[in-house]
Amino acid sequence: MKWALLSIIVVATVLGDLLQSYEMKRSGEQAVDARGLAKLLRLIVSRRYLFLSIVAMAISFFAFMALVQIAPLSFAVPASAATFVLETLLAKLVLKEQVGPRRAAGALLVLGGVVLLAR
Amino acid sequence: MAVAPSKARTLWLTLVVVFLNASGDLSLTLGMKGIPGTMSVNPANYIRAMFHVRVALGIVLLILWLLTRMALFSWADLSFVVPVTAMGYVLAALLGHFYLGETVTPANWIGTFLIFFGTAFVGTTKPKTTDCVRVLP
Repeated sequence: MKWALLSIIVVATVLGDLLQSYEMKRSGEQAVDARGLAKLLRLIVSRRYLFLSIVAMAISFFAFMALVQIAPLSFAVPASAATFVLETLLAKLVLKEQVGPRRAAGALLVLGGVVLLAR
Repeated sequence: MAVAPSKARTLWLTLVVVFLNASGDLSLTLGMKGIPGTMSVNPANYIRAMFHVRVALGIVLLILWLLTRMALFSWADLSFVVPVTAMGYVLAALLGHFYLGETVTPANWIGTFLIFFGTAFVGTTKPKTTDCVRVLP
């Protein structure tokens, strides 16, 4: 059961972040003042992939809550940190971002750090 | 209105996103710990919990975190935002240690430094390398 929940977390997190990044790239740079934040709220309901990304984030959140009820946090946190590597890979392959050696090394260092932090 | 964010503004927004996430999680945790009994699958329990001041504050902070993170995604790459905002793990560990009195082991501190250096590595790269790639209908 814990592996099924972990798979749901990883897939939902990666899908949510990928869709959110994709839609926000398409929408152009957004301001972070009161007007900008209100516009972002409107975007969530008007852009289907953005809405889907919020649904995916909610699924990931509730699956994580369920996972920590049956598995220790020291398993849940580092295992779900696999999303760092997957998202960096998919950002390069799907979103065509330039992931150079420094960015790739940084993502791997963060992954190692999260694993140690949860021990 | 569209803005052209500099790298300094992007890093500043990153700090705001990290702070909102950590403080939202902390407020939610403190609020949930203050509610007597255990939560069940009954949705009414969760709705009642939302009226607890710290839980409500946590929810507001996490909504602001979601919106500012969306804005950050419009300013910077996914492969930049995800590792850099992992600094939140460090902040959460520090808050847990100094505010909640949780134990931080030597392995935890090494992990903290790895995240710090990983974040610094990614932070030195150009935040945005691509604009819009149409891959979905």
